[in-house]
Amino acid sequence: MTSPLLEVRGLRTVFHDLAGAWPAVDGVDLVVQPGEIVGLVGESGSGKSVTGFSLVQLIDAPGEIVSGDVLFKGEDLRRATEERLRHLRGDRIAMIFQDPLMTLNPVLTIGEQMCEAIQEHRPCSTQEAMDEASRALARVGISSPQARLKQYPHEFSGGMRQRVAIATALLNRPDLIIADEPTTALDVTIQSQILFEVQKLSRETGTAVLWITHDLAVVAELADRVAVMYAGRIVETGTVDDVLDRPRHPYTLGLLGSSAATVAPGERLRQINGAAPSIDARPSGCPFRPRCERALPVCAQIDPPPQVISNGQSYRCHNPVPEGAVP
Amino acid sequence: MTAYILQRLIQSVLVLLAVSVVVFLAVYGIGDPIELLVPPQVSAAERTAMIQRLGLDLPVWQQYLGFLGKALKGDLGLSFVHGVPAVDLILARLPATFELVLLAMSLAAIIGIPLGLLAGLNPESRPSRAIMAGTILGFSLPSFWKGMMLILLFSVFLGWLPTAGRGETVSVLGIPTSLLTLDGLKHLALPALNLAIPNMALMIRLVAAGTTEAMTQDYVKYARAKGVRRKRIIGRHVLRNILIPVVTVAGMEFGSLVAFSTITETVFAWPGMGKLLIDSIYQLDRPVVVAYVMLATLLFVAVNFLVDILYAALDPRVKLTGEMA
Repeated sequence: MTSPLLEVRGLRTVFHDLAGAWPAVDGVDLVVQPGEIVGLVGESGSGKSVTGFSLVQLIDAPGEIVSGDVLFKGEDLRRATEERLRHLRGDRIAMIFQDPLMTLNPVLTIGEQMCEAIQEHRPCSTQEAMDEASRALARVGISSPQARLKQYPHEFSGGMRQRVAIATALLNRPDLIIADEPTTALDVTIQSQILFEVQKLSRETGTAVLWITHDLAVVAELADRVAVMYAGRIVETGTVDDVLDRPRHPYTLGLLGSSAATVAPGERLRQINGAAPSIDARPSGCPFRPRCERALPVCAQIDPPPQVISNGQSYRCHNPVPEGAVP
Repeated sequence: MTAYILQRLIQSVLVLLAVSVVVFLAVYGIGDPIELLVPPQVSAAERTAMIQRLGLDLPVWQQYLGFLGKALKGDLGLSFVHGVPAVDLILARLPATFELVLLAMSLAAIIGIPLGLLAGLNPESRPSRAIMAGTILGFSLPSFWKGMMLILLFSVFLGWLPTAGRGETVSVLGIPTSLLTLDGLKHLALPALNLAIPNMALMIRLVAAGTTEAMTQDYVKYARAKGVRRKRIIGRHVLRNILIPVVTVAGMEFGSLVAFSTITETVFAWPGMGKLLIDSIYQLDRPVVVAYVMLATLLFVAVNFLVDILYAALDPRVKLTGEMA
């Protein structure tokens, strides 16, 4: 077994307010192997985006990473200096955000915003950087890239802007890309094009991807492994085939049941009753218990520890879905 | 672009026309200049002749039309007091005011923008609070009082700088300027500082508010995620975005300082346009006052036009087109 590219252990990120500190990420364990695509799935408010930002230590007040280890190629990022982190960000670990209209600076050209991603990390003339940026744009399917580099973000469509973000992320051939819901704002045809390209580019360049999404269909299409997140923790993880075909956690089963892709046409979609607990009202014991059909008395008392089953799948549940139950 | 400029020109003419009516009526209403202009010992016949010569016997609308007719040919009338064209009188004073305002605005920008950035980046820190408290003083202390305090401190107590007047000037391309002589700069320093202080405060507030807001934007977080250095994030990503309101306000302030820095020019006896305006109002020198306001309006129109062009340069999303903006 190769050593993991990214290893996260017991990560806790809290948000402070006058009443106290609320955990948005509450003991997350996560492993990403080199070159692998991992889907991090969860509802809004489950802490998946905060997890993504915590990995590169981009958490601003009132947020704070309070405990846990983030090991990137064996180096503990929680103890890294700000300058060291700056070197890693955008160079070894690139990020793609949800809404490229908000994340690209409206008053700077695409070319300048791509070139800075190169020139802040290695000495390089502007002409060379422009050429590289132009090739990167061509690689993600943007035509006449030379002319496009001189344009501003508002001159691009939503899908094109996201391609720019992906091209920017690929510029320095990073080891890991953290993509935070990058296709959520796009329509379905553009979405599948981009998924296809990310998969292809990941295979070609050997870049690992942590793909944060609420969409199980995207994960099924794209990822090698999946981690399902609920109320700030990973409740089930394993290979995509195992987790999506043989889910053991009732929450994963519920997510699958509420996804249109898994339900036969004409049949009603099932929904998970209730809503995810807000950050300041997490129940005792298992956080999913109030919404769970399989809850036992023990679930209210003891938070279930991770159970590892033989094939690398693991879940946190006292009363797991029996093996072989059809989702 | 051509359509845009044409439209702006038509708008400007309408604005000038409206201002001319208002100012002409207002000045007419202030009082009768004859009482001040004609010495009491002059005979009634001479007095009548003088009134007729100045055209003050006509009804106000005829006076206005006469003024308008000449104004369209570029003649804004002779000064009642000095007997020379009002425009010449004003333009002769322009360089003095212009260099004063130029220095004041430069000081305001050079000091105000960095201090604003500093205050905006760490709004809770002690220096930032001190800066922001200082801006309130900068706004609220009256100009004449600040002027006198500056004179008291730098001229009377320290004896470093002269109290009043314009110093030695040299002629550049036919325009006298005191920016190039030491004596001239010494005379400029205090009035320029006095004009700069409230504008500096304004710039600090604008830049600080803009910076605090911009730092929370996603494009800043994205730039950080790309590993961009903090210096570049502030100097390029943030500054470019907050410059737009700063340019607007700076433009408007520039216009109003050139036209109406009367108080500072009076306190420091600076021979500029503002002082001329005050003197002309006291003497009811109607043509000079009207011409002054017309020129000031023209200046504002020009500055606003310039600011709009600067917008388009600063913000790529702004396009100058002939449609109604």
